[in-house]
Amino acid sequence: MPNLDKWGISLNLSFIFFLLTGGSLTKLAYYSTVQHKVARVRSFDHSGKDIENEPLYEISVQEEITARLHFIKFENTYIETCLDFIKDHLVNTETKVIKATGGGAYKFKDLIEKKLGLKVDKEDVMTCLIKGCNFVLRNIPHEVFAYQKDSDTEFRFQTNHPNIFPYLLVNIGSGVSIVKVETEDKFEWIGGSSIGGGTFWGLGALLTKTKKFDELLQLASKGQHTNVDMLVKDVYGGAYQTLGLSGNLIASSFGKSTTADKDFSLEKQSSPKAHLMVVTGRLIPALLQFYRIDDTFFFFFSPHLRTIQLQCFILWQGEVQALFLRHEGYLGAIGAFLKGAEQDNPNQYSWGENYAGSSGLMSTSPDVYPMQRTRSGTFDMLEMDRLERPLVNLPLLKDPSTYIPDTVDLTDDAMARKYWLTCFEEALDGVAKRAAASQPDSIDALQRAEKFRQKYWNKLQTLRQQPFAYGTLTVRSLLDTREHCLNEFNFPDPYSKVKQKENGIALKCFQSVIESLDSLGWEERQFALVKGLLAGNVFDWGAKAVSDVLESEPQFGFEEAKSKLQGRGSSAAEGPPHKCALIFADNSGIDIILGVFPFVRELLSRGTEVILACNSGPALNDVTYSESLIVTERIAAMDPVIQSALREEKLLLVQTGSSSPCLDLSRLDKGLAVLVRERKTDLVIIEGMGRAIHTNYYAALKCESLKLAVIKNSWLADRLGGKIFSVIFKYEVPCK
Amino acid sequence: NEQINGPAFFFPWFGLDIGGTLVKLVYFEPKDITAEEEEEEVENLKSIRKYLTSNVAYGSTGIRDVHLELKDLTLCGRKGNLHFIRFPTHDMPAFIQMGSEKHFSSLHTTLCATGGGAYKFEQDFRTMGDLQLCKLDELDCLIKGVLYIDSVGFNGHSECYYFENPTDAERCQKLPFNLENPYPLLLVNIGSGVSILAVYSKENYKRVTGTSLGGGTFFGLCCLLTGCSTFEEALEMASHGDSTKVDKLVRDIYGGDYERFGLPGWAVASSFGNMMSKEKRESVSKEDLAKATLITITNNIGSIARMCALNENINRVVFVGNFLRINTISMRLLAYALDYWSKGQLKALFLEHEGYFGAVGALLELLDSA
Repeated sequence: MPNLDKWGISLNLSFIFFLLTGGSLTKLAYYSTVQHKVARVRSFDHSGKDIENEPLYEISVQEEITARLHFIKFENTYIETCLDFIKDHLVNTETKVIKATGGGAYKFKDLIEKKLGLKVDKEDVMTCLIKGCNFVLRNIPHEVFAYQKDSDTEFRFQTNHPNIFPYLLVNIGSGVSIVKVETEDKFEWIGGSSIGGGTFWGLGALLTKTKKFDELLQLASKGQHTNVDMLVKDVYGGAYQTLGLSGNLIASSFGKSTTADKDFSLEKQSSPKAHLMVVTGRLIPALLQFYRIDDTFFFFFSPHLRTIQLQCFILWQGEVQALFLRHEGYLGAIGAFLKGAEQDNPNQYSWGENYAGSSGLMSTSPDVYPMQRTRSGTFDMLEMDRLERPLVNLPLLKDPSTYIPDTVDLTDDAMARKYWLTCFEEALDGVAKRAAASQPDSIDALQRAEKFRQKYWNKLQTLRQQPFAYGTLTVRSLLDTREHCLNEFNFPDPYSKVKQKENGIALKCFQSVIESLDSLGWEERQFALVKGLLAGNVFDWGAKAVSDVLESEPQFGFEEAKSKLQGRGSSAAEGPPHKCALIFADNSGIDIILGVFPFVRELLSRGTEVILACNSGPALNDVTYSESLIVTERIAAMDPVIQSALREEKLLLVQTGSSSPCLDLSRLDKGLAVLVRERKTDLVIIEGMGRAIHTNYYAALKCESLKLAVIKNSWLADRLGGKIFSVIFKYEVPCK
Repeated sequence: NEQINGPAFFFPWFGLDIGGTLVKLVYFEPKDITAEEEEEEVENLKSIRKYLTSNVAYGSTGIRDVHLELKDLTLCGRKGNLHFIRFPTHDMPAFIQMGSEKHFSSLHTTLCATGGGAYKFEQDFRTMGDLQLCKLDELDCLIKGVLYIDSVGFNGHSECYYFENPTDAERCQKLPFNLENPYPLLLVNIGSGVSILAVYSKENYKRVTGTSLGGGTFFGLCCLLTGCSTFEEALEMASHGDSTKVDKLVRDIYGGDYERFGLPGWAVASSFGNMMSKEKRESVSKEDLAKATLITITNNIGSIARMCALNENINRVVFVGNFLRINTISMRLLAYALDYWSKGQLKALFLEHEGYFGAVGALLELLDSA
C-alpha cells in the first residue's frame, strides 16, 4: 500500500470508496488527513531588547494536518491486504457504510463487510462517473488532452475551460454510453452502443487463445487489423487516391475474413485489433450532429481501454474533437467518493494534483516506454491535496479560456526539454544538500534528503521518457514537482534560514536606500527605482548562476548586482497615477525589501493603492505571505509612508494561494481576486523569472501590466537573444 | 426503330455494381426484337442473351434471382425483362475472362459499372477483356435505381413494404407501403459496410455517415466464430440461436431496467459481453454466436440510422442492400428497434430488390448517356 514508507507522515483514513471492476482491477478512493511538518515564522517581541544581534524572527517547524484524496488502482488479488490496511488506519468510527460499485461489488461484498464490519452500499456508476468528470475538469490543470497520431508529441493538452459545460461523455465500459452533461446535476443518456469493451473481450476470448483482457490488449497492439478488415483500398484498388478517399479507412470490419480465398488464415493476433476498431463504430459523430453542441468537449474514456480509443479516433478527427482525460480510470471512484463525502462538500474546496504522489500518464505505445510499471499492489495512483482556500481566475485576465500560464511547452520543444531536464538534474545534488543542511538538528535529515533526491531523480527520468506524464511539461511543473517531493520528505522550507538571514541584512539597509532615492530628482528616481527592482531580483537562490555567485562571493551586494545588470530599463510611472497596483513579489531579502518596497513606497506616494501578493507556502527563497507580514511590520516601524498606508489600508498584503516559484493566474486565492475587484486594480506588476518569464510572459491582461525580471540563466538568455543578467522589462497597455 | 442509334443503344444493356463482397449485374433482355433485328444480331450477342436468360446459375457461384425479374418493362422505347444476377467479387477475374472469351469487346456497347470494384478492376477490364468501363458514382446510381424501381413497381405489386407487429411471430405481417411521395427519406444501404444517405429530391441528397460494421462484418465474424462458409448458412444458424446467452443485457447488470437512464432490462448492454466468462463461453452454441453477431450488427445499424433520422428530421428510413436478403430477423429487428427507440416516430421501410439498385442505376445511366 502507498504512503506507508513515507517519512513521518501519519495517515488517517476516512470515507473510503471502492470501485470494483468486473475485471481484474480494483480502484480505491480514500480521504486521509496527512500530518506533515510546515515551517512557521513568528515575530519576536522586541520591546526593550537589543535587536541588533537578534534574528529578525523566529522559525519553527510545526505539525500541520492537511486533507488529501488518494486514488489507487491495484489487482484484485491484493484486496485482502488492502482491507487490512484500511482496517488499521480507519479512524472515522462514525463510518458505518462503505460505498462500492461495479461488477466486483457483488463478488467482494461479503469479504468487505466481514473484514471491516461495515455495510457495503452501492452507488449508481454513471452518476458517479459524471461527478468525477466534473471534479477533475475543475481541479486538475491539463486534465484534458487530444491524441495526435502522426506527431512527435503523442498528446496535446488543453487548458481548462472556465466553463466546463456542456459536454458529451462517452464512456466505454463493457458497452458504450453517451451522456450529455449540461450542469452539475442535469444530464441525460442520449444514446449508446452495446459494442464496447465487453464485446472486445468476449470476441477476443472466442477468437483467440488468449482469455485475459490485458493480454488481449497486448495482442491487439501487435496485430494487423488490415488482415481481417476490408479497407477502402481493398474495394477500390489503387484508385482511392484519385477519388480523394483515404485508402486506410475501413470499408467493412472483419470483411476480409469472409473471403473464400483459400489462403486466408486467421493470424491469432490480428483479430482483436480489428475488433478494437470495431468498438467505436460511427455512432458518436451522428449523435454529436444531432445535439449540435458547438464547442463541445468530447470525452472518450474508459477504465484501462485507452489504447483502443486512441487508435479508433483517427477516423473522426475531422468531424468532432475527441478529447481524453488523464485520469479516466478514476472518475467513477472520485465521483462516488464525492457522493459519499457530500456532507463535507469537497466541491467547495480547491484541490491540487500532488505530483510527488501521483504516477503519470503512460504512453500508449509500449515501445516508447521500456520500463512499464510492473503491476503489483499499487501500480497506478493519484493524490490530490485539499488546498486551504478556493482558487479562482485573476479577474483581470483578458480571456481566461485561452490563458496559458507557461511560456515554453517542453512537451513540444525537445531541445528546451533536454536542456531543462539536464539543468534540474545537475542542480539536484545541491538542492538535496541544502535540504539536509536546513535541518541540522534532525537525525534523519540526510537520509530523507537522499530519499528526496532519489524520488525527484526518478521523476525526471520518467519525464525524459514520457514528457506528457503530468500534463504539458513546463519549467513550472518541474519546479512544482520538486517542491512536492521536498514536502513529501518533510523539507517544508529548506531556505527558511537563508531567507531569515537575508531579510535581516536587507532591513538594515532599507533606510539608507530610501534616503539615497529621496535625494534624487523625479526622473532619476524613477529610473533608480526600476533599476533597484531589477537588481533586487538578481538575488535568487533558485537560479543556478546566482547561487554560484552567492556561494563564492558572500560579499556580493545590492550595488554589485546593479552593476551586473545588462542594458537599461525605462520607467512606466509616467502619466496619471494608477488607482491600485497589484504586485506579485518574488524573493525574500534584498529583492522584496530593497527592490520592491521602495517601489511600493513611490506608488503609495503617488496616491496609488498597492496590493502586495506573496506565496501562501514556501518555494525556494521566495517570500511567503507570513514572512511578508513581518517584513512589512518592520519597514513600517522605520518608514512613515508605509506605516500610514498600512493603517489606512492603502497597502494590503495578501496571499496568492500558491506555493510555487511560478504563477498561474487562473488559480489564485479567492481573497486576492475579491480585493483586486473591490479596489479596481488597474496595474499589475509581475516580478521574477518564475512568474514573469517561465510563466505569464505572454499573459494578456485587461489592464496595464509590467513584467520584469533579470535573466539569470544563460541558456534562456541566449534563447531570448540576450546575455545573462539581461533585463526583461515588458510594459503592456491593453489595446482598447 | 430508326430513331435508336448511337453507341449507347446497341445491345446488350448491362448495369454492373461491383461491391466489396458481391457483384450485382442487371441485364435487360429485349422481348420486342424484330425479325430484321434478329437477323442482324451478331452471334455472340445472341449467345450472351441465351446464356443469361436460359440459366439461373452461372458457374459455381453466379446466381440469377429469378423471383426478382421485372417483366414487360419499357426502357427507352424497348420492351423487355430485367434480370438480376449476382456473384462474389472474388470471381471477378473469371467474369472478365468470360467476357473476353465471348468477345464482348466486339459488341459496340459501353459497360457501365459502379461500386468500388469499377475502379479496382478497371485495369483488368482493359487489359484482359479489352473493355473500357464507364465508371459511375455509387451513390448517384443507388438513388437513381431506388427511385426508378419504386416508380415502375414490382410486376404490379408494391416494391416497398414494412412490417406490422415485427416482434410478434404470429401477428407479424409484411404490408405494402406507398412511396409515392418519397422525399425526404433516409436511405440506409447495408452492403459489406454501411452508407447512410439523406435524400431530399432526385438530385439533392447527401451522405450523412456510414459504418464499417455491415454485412461483411456479420458474415466475416460468423465465419471465424462458427466455421460456416456461406451467408445463407450463417443466417440459417442465426435463426436457431439465442443471442441472450452471448450478450450481456441491461438486466444482467442492473437486475432489471436501468431507470436512471430509462433503459429497459432487455436491451443489450454489451454485445458478446457474457463471453468474458469462461463458463458462459463453454455453454453457448455456434447458433447462439451467429445470432448474437447478427443482432449486434443489426442493432448498431439501427441505432446509427435512428440518430441520423433524428438529426436530419426525416421519419422514413428505407433499408436496402444485400445484407437484408433472406434476412427477416434483421428486418424485423430494425423495424422494431426504430419504432421502439423513437417512440413510434420512425418507420422502417424495405424494398424487394434489396441489393440491386446500384446496378439498376448504372444501367439507367447508360441509357441516359445517349
